[in-house]
Amino acid sequence: MKRILIQDTNGNLRKELRDFHVSLTSQLRDRNLAEAAQVVIVADIGVYQKGLVAKILPEGFVYGNLEAKHIPAIIEQTIQKGEKIAGLALEKKNKQMRLVLRNCGVIDPESFEDYLRCDGYQGLARALEMGPEKVIEEMKKAGLRGRGGAGFPTWLKWNLTRAVPGAVKFIICNGDEGDPGAYMDRSVLEGDPHAVIEGMMIGGLAVGATQGIFYIRAEYPLAVQRIQKAIDTCYAKGLLGKNILGSSFNFEIEIRLGAGAFVCGEETALIASVEGLRGYPRPRPPFPSVKGLWGHPTVINNVETLANISYIFLHGGEAFGKIGMEGSTGTKVFALTGKVRNSGLVEVPMGISLREIVFDIGGGVLNNKKIRAIQTGGPSGGVIPEQFFDTPVGYESLQKLGSIMGSGGMIVLDENDCMVDISKFYLGFCVDESCGKCAPCRIGGTQMLAILTRIAAGKGEEDDLKKLDEIASAMQKASLCGLGQTAPNPVVSTLKYFAEEYRAHVIDKKCPSGKCSSLVAYSINKEKCTACGMCARACPATAITGSRTDKYTIDKAKCISCGQCFEVCKFGAVVRQ
Amino acid sequence: MVAETLVEDVKKVVERWKDKEGNLIMVLHDVQDRYGYVPREAALEVSRQLDAPLARIYEVLTFYNYFKVQAPGKFNISVCLGTACYLKGATTLIEEIREILHVEEGHSTKDGLFHLQIVRCLGCCGLAPVITVDGKVYSAVKRSDVVNIIAEYSNK
Repeated sequence: MKRILIQDTNGNLRKELRDFHVSLTSQLRDRNLAEAAQVVIVADIGVYQKGLVAKILPEGFVYGNLEAKHIPAIIEQTIQKGEKIAGLALEKKNKQMRLVLRNCGVIDPESFEDYLRCDGYQGLARALEMGPEKVIEEMKKAGLRGRGGAGFPTWLKWNLTRAVPGAVKFIICNGDEGDPGAYMDRSVLEGDPHAVIEGMMIGGLAVGATQGIFYIRAEYPLAVQRIQKAIDTCYAKGLLGKNILGSSFNFEIEIRLGAGAFVCGEETALIASVEGLRGYPRPRPPFPSVKGLWGHPTVINNVETLANISYIFLHGGEAFGKIGMEGSTGTKVFALTGKVRNSGLVEVPMGISLREIVFDIGGGVLNNKKIRAIQTGGPSGGVIPEQFFDTPVGYESLQKLGSIMGSGGMIVLDENDCMVDISKFYLGFCVDESCGKCAPCRIGGTQMLAILTRIAAGKGEEDDLKKLDEIASAMQKASLCGLGQTAPNPVVSTLKYFAEEYRAHVIDKKCPSGKCSSLVAYSINKEKCTACGMCARACPATAITGSRTDKYTIDKAKCISCGQCFEVCKFGAVVRQ
Repeated sequence: MVAETLVEDVKKVVERWKDKEGNLIMVLHDVQDRYGYVPREAALEVSRQLDAPLARIYEVLTFYNYFKVQAPGKFNISVCLGTACYLKGATTLIEEIREILHVEEGHSTKDGLFHLQIVRCLGCCGLAPVITVDGKVYSAVKRSDVVNIIAEYSNK
């Protein structure tokens, strides 16, 4: 049976979508094909700004910019004959490789049977046969490193926890995806919950844990609901509980909710939160592998890491180790967003270049603007300027550039984005989210933010840039946890690559991209002005006056530098300085 | 306004979690699900029933962004200020909402109809900038769309 998935993410298309859906189903009925093709409206196929988008399964053709007139062709060629219609098909993003997202959007995430049909829980069965030591051996072959950000080898983490004696051990899945601009964990939890559960069970088996805990953001209710449903099904089918699949392995899983604290991505803070306390990080050592949840050895793995594990045990560690590059094996899911034409989740083998991700997969920069930089790693990462876009993506290679892999946020910045503003945004986030326990992070972050705010307001002094550097290095060295140690990264990397832009703010009191509103002034070029009056109508401060005959002028005293006149002028008559 | 069934409600929640270690956050989640926020009376009742000091309850409530100690409005507007939304102009949406409703972040309008909050990433960056009203998602919102979105609710 064929399935036609119609994407319904964009509220603006409601009517077109409804009409298309109605005529498609009725035409299928007219041709007695209602049984042969199922039409499903889905939330997200991952293609945007292509009008009405549909995907046809099992072939996997994606058609865009659909209209009612295309329906007969779709039915005759694709549904009946299985042929691709070249004129409608969107170019396949063949640079991608779906391991983690292998089932997302393909199976019904709430159906246990669907997951079994995709060889679900076969990896667990294999792991049970192998026993813990061989499982860790297999992980070593695979070379998988933690996908949460730090990139610690998973086999080593497991081995450390396994080596600690203790009857009670825990494995926690970190699903507290707090990095603004990243949503791969949500997609996996919602799209393929059983794969994560299977990965967790294999991890539990390896380290000797009998209790698993899903720590998921409360802001992701659907993810919580689907994981809960998957857990319930597993209990009902005997995949959780005692003597799983006839072995001596016992395993229980429960869910704990996060409550909106970025610092809880830090392992020790996450543990405190699961214990029902404030999410304060603790000094390490002792590491969680020795003394974690309620004092017991604990291993914490990220959602994407766990989803990889079920894949590894299905296809073998060696095969997995061949994907990607030396030292960074496998794939990585990135949330490609910002000023990019096709934003969405992409999964690519490690070693691909940033340029390929943004230009070949992402389709380049939105509105044909000029790209300035790519930001990776969210508030803990840095910006990468264009001269490094051909660097292969891997843990070490990104670190060398002053950024990090992070959890997988990838934001494209164009010529309209100001580097001072963007580092102020990220630092503001970290200052907000700093737990306040240690002084370098609490005080350092606040001071740096104050300096950046001053610079953006045109009140910066030359000495400020040096101060930023000093505070940043103190924070990196002396903060208690990863949040404080990495919070200065966006500032440090923009200072490194875009020092000129900082100097323009500090010395010339100018914001080259025009983003810092107190540093820009607008005026109207009378020669270009056609006296259409658009700017005057757009101005919220009634600062623009004039008439058809006199043309228009901006009253500088009233102007609030919002830039709306600049946006609406079609003739380039509004000048920004 | 606090429900008369408060003691009973809290009891049910506590009953569900009482055998679990470290249950406070989960209890507070359930209380907030029931009332939309954690009223002081409920916090007192949780403190009594869990036999935990009130300071311990508020220590957690004030640390985590998700917990609210003030009543939400009839309609809750969340503006996403994740990176993608920020770059695509979410701050102008916030300005517009402030101008239309005269409401500050984290507060409700005088008539209690709207509550404005700013959230860090709703996890749908492909649709940026995003606003949700009571969970309904508005995507690729422009400043000029805001007034229509608000109008949709003010007449309800």
